[in-house]
Amino acid sequence: MISNNIPVLIPLTFLVTAILIVILGSWRRFFVHPLAILGTAFSFVVSLYGLTTVLSSGTIRYHIGGWIPPIGIEYVLDPLSACIATIVCGVALLVLIHSRVSVESELPEKVIPFYAIAMLLLLGLTGIVVTGDLFNLYVFLEISALSSYAIVSVGEKRAPVAAFRYLLLGTIGATFYLLGIGYIYLLCGSLNMADVSKLLAASQINPALVVGIVLMIAGIGLKMALFPMHGWLPDAYSYAPSSGSALLAPIGTKVAAYALIRMVVYVFPSEYVQKDLPILDILAWLSAAGILYGSVMAIAQSELKRMLAYSSIAQIGYIGLGIGLGNALGFIGAILHILNHALMKATLFLVAGNLRLKIGHSSLYQFESVIGRKLPWTSAAFTIAALSMIGVPPTAGFFSKWYLVLAGIEGSRWFFIAVILISSLLNAVYFFRVLEKMYLHVHPKEDNTEMKVAERDEVPASMLIPTLVFAGLILLFGLFNVAIIDWVIKPMILSNP
Amino acid sequence: MLEFMLGHYAYWFTTALLLLGLYGMLAKQNLVKKLIAMNILQSSVIMFYVTMGSKRNATVPVLDPSITASNPYLYINPLPHTLMLTAIVVSVATTGVAFAILILIYRRYKTLDETVLLERMK
Amino acid sequence: MNVIETYASFIPLYAVLASLAAVPLILLSTRYPNLRETWTILAAAAKFLLVFSLVPNVLLGKSAVIVIMELSPGICFSLKADAFGVFFALIASGLWILTSIYSIGYVRGLNEKKQTRYFTCFAVCLSATIGIAFAANLLTFFVFYEMLTIATYPLVIHKETPEAISAGRKYLTFTLSAGVILLAAIGWLYSRTGNIEFSPGGIFDSSITLTNIDKILFILFICGVGVKAAIIPLHSWLPTAMVAPTPVSALLHAVAVVKSGVFGIVRIVGFIFGPYFMHQTGMDQLLTIIACVTIITASLIAFAQNNLKRLLAYSTISQLSYIVLGAALLSPASFTGGLLHLANHAFLKITLFFCAGAIYITAHQENISDMSGIGRAMPITMTAFTLGAFGLIGIPPLNGFISKWYLGLGALEASKPLVLIVLLVSGLLNAGYFFPIIYRSFFSVSPKHNHYKEASPLLLIPLVITAVFSFVLGLFPNLLLHLFDMATTISHSVIGVTIK
Repeated sequence: MISNNIPVLIPLTFLVTAILIVILGSWRRFFVHPLAILGTAFSFVVSLYGLTTVLSSGTIRYHIGGWIPPIGIEYVLDPLSACIATIVCGVALLVLIHSRVSVESELPEKVIPFYAIAMLLLLGLTGIVVTGDLFNLYVFLEISALSSYAIVSVGEKRAPVAAFRYLLLGTIGATFYLLGIGYIYLLCGSLNMADVSKLLAASQINPALVVGIVLMIAGIGLKMALFPMHGWLPDAYSYAPSSGSALLAPIGTKVAAYALIRMVVYVFPSEYVQKDLPILDILAWLSAAGILYGSVMAIAQSELKRMLAYSSIAQIGYIGLGIGLGNALGFIGAILHILNHALMKATLFLVAGNLRLKIGHSSLYQFESVIGRKLPWTSAAFTIAALSMIGVPPTAGFFSKWYLVLAGIEGSRWFFIAVILISSLLNAVYFFRVLEKMYLHVHPKEDNTEMKVAERDEVPASMLIPTLVFAGLILLFGLFNVAIIDWVIKPMILSNP
Repeated sequence: MLEFMLGHYAYWFTTALLLLGLYGMLAKQNLVKKLIAMNILQSSVIMFYVTMGSKRNATVPVLDPSITASNPYLYINPLPHTLMLTAIVVSVATTGVAFAILILIYRRYKTLDETVLLERMK
Repeated sequence: MNVIETYASFIPLYAVLASLAAVPLILLSTRYPNLRETWTILAAAAKFLLVFSLVPNVLLGKSAVIVIMELSPGICFSLKADAFGVFFALIASGLWILTSIYSIGYVRGLNEKKQTRYFTCFAVCLSATIGIAFAANLLTFFVFYEMLTIATYPLVIHKETPEAISAGRKYLTFTLSAGVILLAAIGWLYSRTGNIEFSPGGIFDSSITLTNIDKILFILFICGVGVKAAIIPLHSWLPTAMVAPTPVSALLHAVAVVKSGVFGIVRIVGFIFGPYFMHQTGMDQLLTIIACVTIITASLIAFAQNNLKRLLAYSTISQLSYIVLGAALLSPASFTGGLLHLANHAFLKITLFFCAGAIYITAHQENISDMSGIGRAMPITMTAFTLGAFGLIGIPPLNGFISKWYLGLGALEASKPLVLIVLLVSGLLNAGYFFPIIYRSFFSVSPKHNHYKEASPLLLIPLVITAVFSFVLGLFPNLLLHLFDMATTISHSVIGVTIK
């Protein structure tokens, strides 16, 4: 009985937790954080259970209100959505454990609203992942977007302006997506994803369909920070509070990438996106441009979080490129990179949060003492994540690049292979620069005072353990990537009708 | 050609509104005006859906005793309307959040004009 | 092509893991230097013994294989201790023991900071090197190859001066770029043939039609491993990396990094592409030319060097290409000669670097022009240096002579007499830049080095051992390590003709 309800349990838990946090939190502030952890943990366990069930017995469908699709809205848990849901809940769980001390120190009087809105954010994100209805996706998209605007706006310095800009651009994206759905509805009369894909497969391509597809992809692309619609991302990630960016960066854009995969691979018939309209091609080219742009801009940054934000644009490019290459290896590379990048970025942003706690900032040229000595474990976690971003085996990042390179070779797309490899080298440039600053005594600060030799002053366990767990998972998922591919990703390809 | 233009006047209108909204968001310097333009953008999509659902010689989808349920084609399509109710709610919520952010900006920088804001942020 | 018998065994895996297991122990004993050093020596000894235990089977033609896990659908992370792998691993692990003893003397003599980092990185480097030696396919090779790059970086920038850091950046730029090229090449090869396992004699045979595109594939591979093998024009990181402490240079330039590079080239030429491919596409000519150019050019540049370590660096670049030449000529004698030179050069060069380091610590001199009369102050050191230099020049009865002899034989076998001339000329050039050093150190007088002050025992003993061993290996090439027999076995498996 419970397995049938899993698709709806995953987002619903977050809704209930959000309400409980507000009620119980106003009574005793002590309850807020444990409630958040409990809710996320429950969702994580349920989605993990859902993943194993789906992989063994097939897709689970839940009909909201008992209305049969295509009239009713259904929530679908197939291998792809179960996998992404597990990733979202798992990453969120570890980040929220980390966030207790971080939020207390950065936003002391806003603890209750922060956690409540974080729950709503996760509601929106998991809702996007499990839903099987196009309009329902819009609703959850906006729920998650509004929550992220709120989370970004409570940061420091320019955060409200960054949040406002994010709001404007995000709304444009969502509105385009909505308009796209309108065209699809006009043509098909249905909003259910499975139904639409059948109906579209049976019809001819016509201008209204083209407009619909393009608008939907443009809308999701903006949420995903696909080049050139990435303009909101650097400011939003840099100025959000540490835990906020740690929540948004690893999973926010990934869920939008999932939505893109859902549209392009499962809903739209493959002839439309590959032969009639060069959608996949354009996606690949834009992603390649994003990869290069993100990597180059990251080199120019002097503040860690901003550098990571530009790096995220590049990494989203890898996922887009994987989809755009259009073959099975590219798909594997893209999905694997969703997982790997979530882990890597989570580690990196958690490290930025640790730095923020201990030295008050994360600006590279202003390190006063040798971070490697002051925060040895944090630095070690950063090193592993950096090596993974560069693509050094046997960390996870290497394997997603390996599959993308193989996919490029299979399709004889030499330019894209060159882009992937050059971006690895560019990644090495900016990450090794940070590693140099973290570990070596030599570089004095910008105002030329000498570096102090610091005592060890590591962050508390509740912040350290999630950081280290993520770093460990990067190594683990790298070595065991074949297990992930065989058990989780291959069924996704096979379940595509 | 002329029938094409005239026949699709509703869609031309919504497109014009959409472009107006986009223009306003990009070109206007006052943040509140950008917000208003955003609302216009969202309204244009709402109009699009409503237009989608309308039919000639059909009535509101409230059960009319003279028609009963035997002839559903005499009712306009209610689905776009329900979708748009949701979309209006989303629009209102977004505007609410946007205003909250604007208040934050005003408190911190004492201005709502983009050029002045850029100066003050440095 | 021979069929190599295989048997399952954990020993290759243990050999790789021996020093990795020592890493946490080293990190934990950072406050007790003697304990920390003990771990290093123990790990080195264990590794050597494990590798040595594989020698008997290898001489009988059997290789230990272990498949660890699947790394990518269809490609496994597996180790195979075939003759070539054991050959390289033996040299690497044996020399590590000596380098560790020398390192202890060196870092304590200079009272260097960050000794724990130094010894930890050394341990990881050696793990990676043994992993490279035992890699059964290109992907496993690549994993350990990149691991070596990352692990050697902290050693290169050890001194943390601005010079060291910029040398480290240059090193990373060269090696990481090579890494991505190698990755693309591996992916391409996998796509082309579906097979990236190392097989003696190569995976290309007459059943596959070769096109010009395959030549580009080969060139990409050579660029990928050529950076570490320091072939011209990919060599310029090596002299710059001399800013590292001398034991690091000794390790990098005799044992780990550059030998991994030439190991990679020989693996690619002999075990992936094979003689058939090389002859059909004419790539053997190309590689021969590159090797000869490197040999001569590097020797010429060595002439102009005043800094002893830089001179040795250019000498290394030149000597490495002897091995590449041996592989490129693809005749039984040349292949054997190249492999023997891999071993011999390791012993000889490490002797020379040990001496350079001893001079630096004891007399505080780096430049040749300051070393007049130092032979009288440090007779044992300079005698060892002389032995090493003679070996590189190719004077019998040192071991260098044997490898050069076989290379010369191979050149004639492959009907390339011009190569013989290159070998002779480079021998003369070697003499040209080594003799002045030896002459100046023994026969010039200088007030600076009048008093007798030999290097400390921790420094002296390793360099005496390697010098003497080079001498002994020249007389009895098969002594202890069965190097000669292994070289002929490998050569036979790749080229397919037995030599006496």
